[in-house]
Parts: sequence; structure tokens; C-alpha cells
Amino acid sequence: MLISSAAYFIGRRKALQSVQGDVRQLHSLPGHYGWFSAMTSLLPGMIIILTWIIFGPVIIDNMTLASLAGLEGGEKIQSLSDFDRAIYLNDIHNLAIGDAISRPATDNLTFAAQYYLRAQQDIFWIFSLSAVAISALTATLGIRKISPTMRSRNILERLILSCLALCSILAILTTVGIVSSLIFETLRFLDHVSLADFLLGLKWSPQTALRADQVGSSGAFGVIPLFAGTLLITCIALIFAVPVGLLSAIYMTEFASRGARAVFKPLLELLAGIPTVVYGFFAALVVAPFIRTSGDFLGLEIASESALAAGLVMGIMIIPLMSSLSDDVISSVPQSLRDASYGLGATKTETILNVIIPSALPGIVSAFLLAASRAIGETMIVVMAAGMAANLTANPLEAVTTVTVQIVALLTGDQEFDSAKTLSAFALGLALFVITLILNFIALKVVRKYQEQYD
Amino acid sequence: MTDKDLTSGSPWTTDAMQKRLKKRYRKEAIFKAVGLSGLLIGLCALAILVISIFTTGLSGFKETRLTIDVYMDPAIIKATPDLDEDARTAHMARVNHRALIRNSLRLEFPDVKSRRDIMALQRLTSNGARDEVRQGLIDDPTIIGKTIPMNLRASSTVDMYIKGQISRDVAQSSRKISDKQLVWLDKLSAEGRIVKGINWEFLSSGDSREPELAGILGAAVGSLLTLLVTLVIAFPIGVATAIYLEEFAPRNKWTDMIEININNLAAVPSIIFGLLGLAIFLNVFNMPRSAPLVGGLTLALMTLPTIIITSRAAIRAVPPSIREAAIGMGASRIQTQLHHVLPLSMPGILTGTIIGMAQALGETAPLLMIGMVAFIVDVPEGILDAATALPVQIFLWADSAERGFMEKTSAAIIVLLFFLVLMNGLAIWMRHKFEKRW
Repeated sequence: MLISSAAYFIGRRKALQSVQGDVRQLHSLPGHYGWFSAMTSLLPGMIIILTWIIFGPVIIDNMTLASLAGLEGGEKIQSLSDFDRAIYLNDIHNLAIGDAISRPATDNLTFAAQYYLRAQQDIFWIFSLSAVAISALTATLGIRKISPTMRSRNILERLILSCLALCSILAILTTVGIVSSLIFETLRFLDHVSLADFLLGLKWSPQTALRADQVGSSGAFGVIPLFAGTLLITCIALIFAVPVGLLSAIYMTEFASRGARAVFKPLLELLAGIPTVVYGFFAALVVAPFIRTSGDFLGLEIASESALAAGLVMGIMIIPLMSSLSDDVISSVPQSLRDASYGLGATKTETILNVIIPSALPGIVSAFLLAASRAIGETMIVVMAAGMAANLTANPLEAVTTVTVQIVALLTGDQEFDSAKTLSAFALGLALFVITLILNFIALKVVRKYQEQYD
Repeated sequence: MTDKDLTSGSPWTTDAMQKRLKKRYRKEAIFKAVGLSGLLIGLCALAILVISIFTTGLSGFKETRLTIDVYMDPAIIKATPDLDEDARTAHMARVNHRALIRNSLRLEFPDVKSRRDIMALQRLTSNGARDEVRQGLIDDPTIIGKTIPMNLRASSTVDMYIKGQISRDVAQSSRKISDKQLVWLDKLSAEGRIVKGINWEFLSSGDSREPELAGILGAAVGSLLTLLVTLVIAFPIGVATAIYLEEFAPRNKWTDMIEININNLAAVPSIIFGLLGLAIFLNVFNMPRSAPLVGGLTLALMTLPTIIITSRAAIRAVPPSIREAAIGMGASRIQTQLHHVLPLSMPGILTGTIIGMAQALGETAPLLMIGMVAFIVDVPEGILDAATALPVQIFLWADSAERGFMEKTSAAIIVLLFFLVLMNGLAIWMRHKFEKRW
């Protein structure tokens, strides 16, 4: 860093000197020359530091293990499996920083820990010195190249441009990361459970047996009950949210005065800003007990974690999504269509029902799809208000569980990473990802097609 | 033709037509009412939600204290006067504060004899009362041997009873506070020794297993650190992507793909990002679990699409004349962007960023995936310490069996909503302040 900033000033001065202070003769601004030399020193240095961060620990670990090979009992370590080796290394690390370790500290272990500390220090010095040396070297090379005719601005700008392009690739990388990590873990999961059992199984009880002779907890990974539960809750939410959202959008765009609209629209959008965990608490605190007591009043048996409560609250959550999306499509229906309808003597209601809604229908459908995908992927409300046990039912008064609830249940708390139980969470995640992706994709397609109509 | 002819001759005057017209107008009124009711249902839901949270939550900011005359018994404290400052502090911390409080309470209620009753008596005060006695001793060692009236924190049960959340009409077996305890409380209250105040510790301490001692500072700091990481990563990358896609990218299949990708990422459920964080950051890169660093990275990936989309809109809103003028003056395309377009679109970009950050602040599910759900008492000090975040803390408290946590949950929600309103208000204010019509 220091070298780079020094290089900036030197480079800038040299550029100025080379033309005796006559800026006009330079190809680029003096600052560009400075930045150019700063970059020539910064980039190689950064590359070295990055290599250090990524590969440094691995190198040190290998060196430590290799140093043990010469000791008594050292050969044993070479023959350990990958997993045991990782544990052994972990002990060395912990011993080196003075933490508790999982086995008695043998001489070998303490030796390794000391070696580890020393190696860490040595390598750190080697790397930092080499980083400094190389950036100094490249900086001088860069500075020597500076001459009035050099097109430093173009070089610098090409660099910035490639940085920008690199950033935009990150979006792709994220998707690739999601898909590959999900697929990778799912494939490992399918080693344990067959695809048919997973997709078509009617029973979900992910508790695998701790002991081989245990009864009744063999682990069943059928996703049908989970998706049925998700579907049930989503349907309840949509049945509640779609009419409410759509009607309020219609009212706000067509009937409400400008002033009323200015008040109502932000208020409704406030609902969208409330964190889902708050909705979950609301569902568990207010809605579920209310539904339960009113069920008792009517003589109905209602589970305290009924699908109805979760679905209703989820409906409240997606009202603003539904209303603001349909608001957009309804207001983008051209005024000429409205005027034509009024001109034929239609009332406002007739215009809305017969002209506006049909022409806004694709947009409304896509809003519906987006709302559905949002509801399917919603987590916190169902985690807090829906049940845990998988239950294949269509009765909204019973407790059901959803895909997202199970992902959370499987992955919070203690976990060993290789068990089918944990891996199944990734398989569920993949299924969820694919479903929401398809819904979103269709929604975007519909919107795009619709936009072309009026443009 | 006169007007009269027109109306009398037209079918509009016929009875059937008038009826139909009336029907149509009625339909109009009904439809309007239905539309309004839809809107009102939505607003009602909002009102119920806010009101229920606030009614349960406001009491979470209050606390109850009992004024007890604490006798600083030298026999229990056993302090020697020759200790220096540090040794004395260390000694005072080891004193059996529990016994001090117990004995003082026994002096207060001399008729309480049995062991069980004394325990019940002691349970009127919170475990935190011990720390208060200790602090008193450390602050002023001269009080040893004297009897000092102290405002000691009441236990959660007493607190809830005083706030009216436990009714004394219920049978003793189905409430947490016993009849005897009620009698003692009545005596204290008759003497005016039950003090209600604002619970500052709720805002200034970390989590605790005891509802009356739990605070949200740890979670708030955890949220802050997480958001900082998110901002540092998502903002530059988001803006750079937006500039590239909007101004430099050639229109081809590749950039089309990036665009579709970003739009899809914006709609991916947040829990999927949590899975990504778990699989990549924790299992591949071996980053520390529960750390704000990992939470911030995960949330950064989640908010990137939002920032990119709003930044692009802001950049697009800068009129081309600005760009043409800059290029006409001999600026390069990069210079045009960095010196002219970017500063002009900055308010819009910042607004989008704040909204994205508000989204990230309220997000819970991805943080659950990467293990930010641990019970953590200490306030985190860096991005590598174990931490929770505000929404996760709300989730944890909401799940807790102790009833005393209910008002704490609502109170924490109020704090979270306060921050969200603040951020959104800032975004709206900025939009109004810097809005430009070209």
C-alpha cells in the first residue's frame, strides 16, 4: 500500500519532469501516470497476498504433518484417513493457540504445535517480504516505462473496465454457486436415498437411527407430505391475499382520490417492509390463539399450529406484493382504452370488469405467480406458526409442515455434515429453488410478452 | 329535433331501461364498496399487527424494583481494611451476595421461618440483584456494616404480576407466583417499596436466560456488524455491475444471460441464500460459524440484485445530454461515468442501497442457516466473534418457553421496527431532497 502511494507520486512527478512541466505534451493527465505506477505495484502485491490467504494454511498444515513423519509414531499419521487427519490437524491448531483439544497432548502433538507456530511465522515473513519486494520491483519497472507518449489513460481505463466486468460476473457466480452447491449435496444425499423414494415417498421422518438396533427411526425421506403442506399453506395465503390485494389495487387506481391514494399506498407498502419474523411472532401470538378459541367456540377441534393461522398471516404478508404489482399493471393500461369504454356509455365498474381487467390479465397472472413463489419460499412465518410433524392432509385446521420449516429444522442445532438427514435439507433446497425459479421465469415471460403489446 | 324529442323518443325513458340503469348504478356502488373493503382489510391487518405488538411490547421497556434495606453484614463480607484497590474489588466480587440479600429479606419479614419460604422470599428478587449488591460494595466499600436501602431488581414473575400479566384471581397451582409471595408483595407495595422505572439495561446489555435481565445490545451490535460487512461488499460490487451493464456491456447473449440471472436472483427465497452460505462459506472456506462476517457475506449476495436493479434505474435516469456533453469536452467514457454520471445518479443509488440494507436487517432465515442462532451473552466486538442479529434474537425469544420473554420479544420488535422506519424514512427523505426533473 505504502509503496503504491509512493509510486503514485513518483510516477506523476516523473511524467511531469519528462516534459519539463508542460502538461500539454503528455498524452494523459499526470494523475493517470501516477495511478498507472500505483497499479503496477499494487496488483502483483495483491496477488501474492491473496495466494497467501488461500494457500498459506494448506502449505503450513502439510509442512507440519511432514515434519511429524520423521518422529516416532509419525508414520501412523500419514496413513490416517482424510477425516481423522482433519481432526488431528484441528488439535494441532487448537493447541497452538492454547484452546482445549480432544485428546491428551502427546509429545508429538506439542512438537507439531510448536512447529506449526514457527512455520506460520516464517511463512508469514517470507510472504510479506516477497510481496513488498515484488511490488517495489514492478513499481520501478512501471515508473521506468513512463514517457510522455505512453498512453497510460487507456491502460488504466481498460483495467477499470475489466474490474467492472468482473463484478458483473459475480451475479452469475452466485447462481452457479447456489446451483452447484445444492446439486452437489443433493447427489451425495441420493447416495443414501433413492430418487424415487425421495420424490414419491409418502412419509417424512428424517430421524435416522442412532443405533442400528433402534426401532421405528429408520428415516423416511418422502417429500410428498412436505409439498402438500407447503401447497396447503400457500393456497390459504393466496385465497386471502389475491382478492384483497387485487381489490385494493383496483380501488386505489380507479376510485380513490389522489389524496387518499397518497395516504393508502404507503400504508399498504408498510406491510411489505415488516420483517417476516415479526409476522411469525404475530401469527403465534395473536392469530393462532384467536383461531383456536373461535374454533372452540364453534365446537371445532383446531390445532394450535394450524395451517389456517400460518396461511392467513402469510396472506397478510403478500398483500402488498400483490397489490403493488397489480397496481402497476392496471395503471399501465392505456387511458385510451378507458376513454373508449366510457364513450360507449359503460359505467366505471363495467369498464374495470370488461376492459381493464382483461387487458391487464397477463400482468395480474404474473403478479399471482410471483406472490405464489414468494409464499412457497417464505420461511420465518411457517417456522414460527406451522407445525413440525409431517402430516398428509388437506384440512386447514390441522397442523402441517412445509419444506422451509424442515430445512430450518434439519440444519439448526448440532449436525454432522455427512448424514442423510443434513444432506436432505439441500435436496429440499434444490427442489424449492427449482420450483420458485420456474414460477419466476414464467412470470417474467408473461410480463415481457404483455409489455410488447402496447409498446 | 328538440331536447324533449330526444329524451322522450329514446329508449332511456322506458321503465325497463330505467330499472336497468338503476341496477347498473347499484352494481357500481357495490363494486366500489367491495374494493374499499379489500383495501380496508389490508389496512386493518396492519393496524392489528402494530397495535398488538405495541401493547405487549411497551411494557418490555419497563422494569420493577423492590426497595430492600440491605444490611451489609461484615460477617458475611469478611473484608480486611488493608487490601489495595484491585484486591478489594476482587474480594467484593467473591462475597456471598446471595446471603446478604437473603438475610436482609429475613430481617424485613421476621415471621418467615421455614427453609422453603425463605427460598420463595428470595425468589422475589432477580439473580441480577446479586450483581447490584456487588456493584454497590465495589463502588463504596465504606457501606460495610451499615444498612442501605437499595432498589433491587425484581424477578420476572414479580415483574409480570406488577404489570398485570399474572392475575391473582387464578388458582395458586396455575400461576407461577404463590399466595405467600403475594402477601409479601402486598406488604412491600403498601409500604411504597415497589418502584417501577424504565429498563435501561434492556438497551444496554446482552442476552440472558432470565427475562428480566435480557437485553438486546448484543443482538443490535451483531446486526450492525453484519450490515457493515454487507454494505462494504454489496455496495461497490452492485454499483460496478450496474455501471457495466447499463453503460459498457455490449448487447449480446452473454449480458442478456447476466440480466436474466440478476432478475431471477432477486426472487430466489432467502433461505436458499442461507444454504449457499452454509455450503460455500462454512463448509468450503471454513469460515467461523455464527460470525457476522459470514452473515454479512450471505446477506450481501442476497441484497446485490436489489442494489443492482435500483442502481441501473438511477443511472438510466441521467439524461444522455450529460454524457454527450462530457464526451464532447474530450472526456473518455470512463471519465464520463466516474466524474459525471455516477455523482448525478448517486442519490438514487443510495436510496436503493438503504432499502436493500433495510431488507437485509429484517432477514432471519439465512442467518439461521449459518448458525447465528446461538445463545450469546457477550456483546460481539468484531466481525469474527460469534453473534446474533436482531431478528434472530426475536426468533429465539419468541421460541422461549418463559412467559416473561413475550414482552421482551415485542419490545425487541419495536426496536427493530424503529430502525427499519428510520432507514426507510432516510431513503424517502433522500429521494425527495435530491429528486431531479431533467
